[in-house]
Amino acid sequence: MVDLSAKSPCDGMLPVSVGSCSLSEEPPMRLTLIAPYAGQEGAVSAAMEAAHGLAFPAPNRSSFGPEGARAVWFGRGQALLMGPEASPGLAEHAALTDISDGWAVVRLEGERAEDVLARLVPLDLRPQVFEPGHTARTELRHMMASLTRVSAKSFQIMVFRSFAQTLVHDVKTAMEAVAARG
Amino acid sequence: MRITCPICGERDRREFTYRGAALKTPALEAGIEAWHAQVHLRGNPAGPLAELWHHEMGCGAWVQVTRNTATHEMLGSVLAEDAGLAVSASETEVET
Amino acid sequence: MRISGLGQVSRNRPVSFAFNGKHYMGVEGDTLASALLANDVHLVARSFKYHRPRGILTAGSEEPNALVTVGEGVAADPNIRATQQEIFEGLVARSQNCWPSVDRDLMAVNDLAAPFLGAGFYYKTFMWPAPLWEKLYEPIIRRAAGLGALPGAANTDVYEKAFAFCDLLVIGSGPAGLMAALTAGRAGADVILAEEDSRMGGRLLAEVEEIDGRPAHMWAAEVIAELEQLDNVRLMTRTAITGAYDQGTFSALERVSHHLPPSQSLKTAHRPRECFWRIVAKASVLAAGAIERPIAFCNNDRPGIMTAGAVRAYLNRWGVAPGERITVFANNDDAHRTAQDLVAAGVQVTAVVDSRHDAPDGDGFPVIKGAVVCDTAGRRRLESVTVRSVRGEEKIQTDCLAMSGGWNPSVHLTCHMNGRPRWNRELAAFVPVDGVVPGMEVAGAANGAFSTSAALREGAAAARAALADLGLKGQVPPLPVASEEVYRISPLWAVPGKGRAWLDFQNDVTVKDVNQAAQENFRSVEHMKRYTTQGMATDQGKNSNVAALAVLADATGRSIPETGVTTFRAPFVPTSIAAMGAGAEDQGFKPRRYLTTHAAGLEQGASNVEVGLWYRASYFPKQGETNWRQSCDREVMMVRNAVGVCDVSTLGKIDIKGRDAARLLDLVYTNMFSTLKIGRVRYGLMLREDGFVMDDGTTARLGEDHYVMTTTTAAAGQVMAHLEFLIQVVRPDLDVRFTSVTDHWAQFAIAGPKARALVDALVEETVDGDSWPFMGCGEITVKGVRGRLFRISFSGEHAYEIAVPARYGDALYRALVAQAESLGGGAYGMEALNVLRIEKGFITHAEINGTVTAFDLGMQGLISKKKSCWGKALSERAGLMDEDRMQLVGLKPAETAQDISAGAHLFDPDATVERVNDLGYVTSVGFSPTLGHMIGFAMVSAGADRMGDTVRLVDHTRGIDTLCEIVNPVFFDPEGGRVRG
Repeated sequence: MVDLSAKSPCDGMLPVSVGSCSLSEEPPMRLTLIAPYAGQEGAVSAAMEAAHGLAFPAPNRSSFGPEGARAVWFGRGQALLMGPEASPGLAEHAALTDISDGWAVVRLEGERAEDVLARLVPLDLRPQVFEPGHTARTELRHMMASLTRVSAKSFQIMVFRSFAQTLVHDVKTAMEAVAARG
Repeated sequence: MRITCPICGERDRREFTYRGAALKTPALEAGIEAWHAQVHLRGNPAGPLAELWHHEMGCGAWVQVTRNTATHEMLGSVLAEDAGLAVSASETEVET
Repeated sequence: MRISGLGQVSRNRPVSFAFNGKHYMGVEGDTLASALLANDVHLVARSFKYHRPRGILTAGSEEPNALVTVGEGVAADPNIRATQQEIFEGLVARSQNCWPSVDRDLMAVNDLAAPFLGAGFYYKTFMWPAPLWEKLYEPIIRRAAGLGALPGAANTDVYEKAFAFCDLLVIGSGPAGLMAALTAGRAGADVILAEEDSRMGGRLLAEVEEIDGRPAHMWAAEVIAELEQLDNVRLMTRTAITGAYDQGTFSALERVSHHLPPSQSLKTAHRPRECFWRIVAKASVLAAGAIERPIAFCNNDRPGIMTAGAVRAYLNRWGVAPGERITVFANNDDAHRTAQDLVAAGVQVTAVVDSRHDAPDGDGFPVIKGAVVCDTAGRRRLESVTVRSVRGEEKIQTDCLAMSGGWNPSVHLTCHMNGRPRWNRELAAFVPVDGVVPGMEVAGAANGAFSTSAALREGAAAARAALADLGLKGQVPPLPVASEEVYRISPLWAVPGKGRAWLDFQNDVTVKDVNQAAQENFRSVEHMKRYTTQGMATDQGKNSNVAALAVLADATGRSIPETGVTTFRAPFVPTSIAAMGAGAEDQGFKPRRYLTTHAAGLEQGASNVEVGLWYRASYFPKQGETNWRQSCDREVMMVRNAVGVCDVSTLGKIDIKGRDAARLLDLVYTNMFSTLKIGRVRYGLMLREDGFVMDDGTTARLGEDHYVMTTTTAAAGQVMAHLEFLIQVVRPDLDVRFTSVTDHWAQFAIAGPKARALVDALVEETVDGDSWPFMGCGEITVKGVRGRLFRISFSGEHAYEIAVPARYGDALYRALVAQAESLGGGAYGMEALNVLRIEKGFITHAEINGTVTAFDLGMQGLISKKKSCWGKALSERAGLMDEDRMQLVGLKPAETAQDISAGAHLFDPDATVERVNDLGYVTSVGFSPTLGHMIGFAMVSAGADRMGDTVRLVDHTRGIDTLCEIVNPVFFDPEGGRVRG
């Protein structure tokens, strides 16, 4: 029995709402980094489909599976399985690394979420370019980040856990500036 | 400046860090002279240069970018792993 | 003076504002300049060097004279162009560079001293005595010459930076820009239309003419209304494109709230003052228009002398006549429109003085052909001009002179990527060269196409060219019918005569100064610029550079193309540092990384120290401790005698998996890791390719193909990039995968004789010497949580590091500290950690400073002879193995009470303290409570051979000069009995 209390990366800092936008922390979930070994991309994808109902995502793409499972491309040759515990069988074809506690995962939602992000990341986020399901590894105010458009007006932002406070501060500042323009 | 990552497409240069000219790696045992040439004796062309950029704040790929150093024109980019810069495996095998 | 029935401002919406302490009324839509002119305020500024009375010269961002300070106190913003500042209720503005007031400026005495203040005066006059420069000359010059002053307190305004992307960026919203945006917008392209003015329309707002049978400004309003309805078009007013950069990147400065009263509410408190944009566009259309240039003639800088186009703009857009008896002086047809518009508005035009003998006749105003204005009179406002013609000289009483020396296309942005403009004789102006900015088309007046009809045509054509490049097709809007007037000009740069004729109004550069530069052989246009400071003020010589180089060409007997043009550089308009650095002020300069134990540390009263981006507890004061040394000493002794707990999660942790994991480690480390047994940890050293030490750390083998590498806190990112380099560039054949797990694990050092007792109490598994020998590792369960335990030590004590998923970091840390306290121990911080590691001879990046080799550290034994590794080849260079190289040694003061300091340098006691006698330097120091004196590390020339030697330690900055003994760097338990026990 676990005898230690758990804290989320943004514990006590979120949610916040400013103007039309809100920033909230995603509920804790299992995050497994899946990095297929040489020549195993197909096998990994098939095994993921079988075990989790999700193919290995193409670069800069993410997908939803059954029961809230998601697969988010997470950089060169790697994807993040969000939600379920990775099927142990995958370890035959890919390096599996539990990074559930390594990242702060937040969601920015609202009519002007894109305007908020335009102040934080050097990415082309126009809806016709960065569609729902699209994802990118990028820089958010000097922090390595993963950014995913979950739906038209909703984005998932991830940074290393230790940056949580800076992330919340920087996103909130941008939300305030956007809201203040009226 | 915008740099094309073969995986992510055209991205802001803020996501990249620069290393220098893209050169084939000498064998680890190639000796001091070969490594001296590799590390210290670099051309510095005003014109097209194959160079290495790391998409460090992005996908993590090392990219060989061909860039005109005089105009900053981008002439092409490929993943460094496909650029033929590797040391051949047999040259580095560990004697165990 | 406001003319009834004219202008596009809201007459029925009065706005009150204050200028130089006096209250005035303007109307909505006014700029500060138009409102002042409406109130007959002409003297608004004093010039930079001579403190000459100055008025408003232009109606745009090129304004050199009318710079004012807006706002009060900390929020005061200097050097704001009155021609761009929109008025709002309660606006407070004042003149600059004058004392006590703009009316009576005592510094105007400089004007009398003008003969001594010519070009290059400061290079000559203040040559000697040299010491007076800093103490006397510079402060005086700085006080007398200059622009506005900063308030001197930290800026509390909000600034921001942002990114935008589009298919087509249209720069400028005159006829060419609007037509380009409309053409591209209707075709479905993603368009950003940027306009530096508060309103779109450009010159169409300032001219009396028709497009498609209606007033031009109404046509513009209709186009803008249509563009506003298009989702794919983004209109950005008050946004100046300031620079053109590589791959279609543009910088832009948006004046977000300069036109709004200071914030009163909580919500608007976050409203930015300016936004610095980076706009990335696949294609661009430069439709920035043209800037009118003055003519240089004697005393051409008096208040009331303006450019002819500006007079027209004030009349037609703002309904303001800048005088009651206006004279026009020109060398081109365009300026005649000013006279026409004035006459139509009922304003008296005394004459159009045209330098051309073939100038057109006037309709309702006299034209004096083949004549020039050769002098003016009027101290605080123009009173008369002297006209020289074949008839001789005559004085004309006038209160406003509208002058025009022609128009310069705004080619600036075409030159930001090394482009040079081309001289066009017919236009007597520089025009842009095609293709100098990839993806950019230039249209309209910016391209030298000065008629409205040509601007519309070129705007449409530029958009079509961009659309073709973008692969977009669409209906091309029919070209509207507009005037096709021909621009006729005959060059006139400077009217010959005695007295000073101004070129650069903002930097007070005259024709004489340029001639003097030529005489003194500063013949290159770039040399002339620097010698005279022509074009070096905040307006960058927008309306004066071309005339200045024409004067230089004349003085040196060359043509204008031979003389060339100075380099146009970004930014096109002055850009505040606050905008460019937005978000980076204070702590925004870099992100902060916090440990899971941050809150617990603060509760314990810890003070934090920055380690890279991380914040770590430096010590934990107990009641009664009054300085950090007391806490540090206690924490060190606590570890030596009982047990201490320290958060070491900041160390980089890289999880490495795959069948070639061992091969990668053997490549990156100097020593062998393929032979490491599962469940064991090994210390390793890695080199850069030039043979110097990159980093050190321990790596644990958790499985056949599974390692966890630790790096130093400082080098975690560098090592990660290095590993990526090795497997992507050097050995892509290796089948190995790795990722950073630094933040996933909260990791705590548990060190001291009672470490095992502490671990035993919390960990479910049995932890003894057999199951967890020194340098052993494995998985454990701690309070129900699966974690990892490493028996490693950075203190020399029996020690462990325990790692759990970070969500449990806070709770486990509290449990560990409570347990430690029950054993007579507790938490220790970075200060104690530092002392403990120095006592034990362990290095950090204070020693691995980029200039040291394994040999220097006495670690050459760690370079395996059985294998190659990265950096080994060059580490064997003779110079890197030289016995005289600086080597790591321990250091202690000869007298135990003495202080020593890091950064101090070492000398032979007999040698003089000079650089040539420098033996080396101190890298780390600390007070060892265990030994009762200061200890330290130093890098000392041939240090290994100097054991027992006495050296002199000198630290000039801290005033320390003492004798020290060179000793073995392992001060404590050199046999290592405690760590294994």
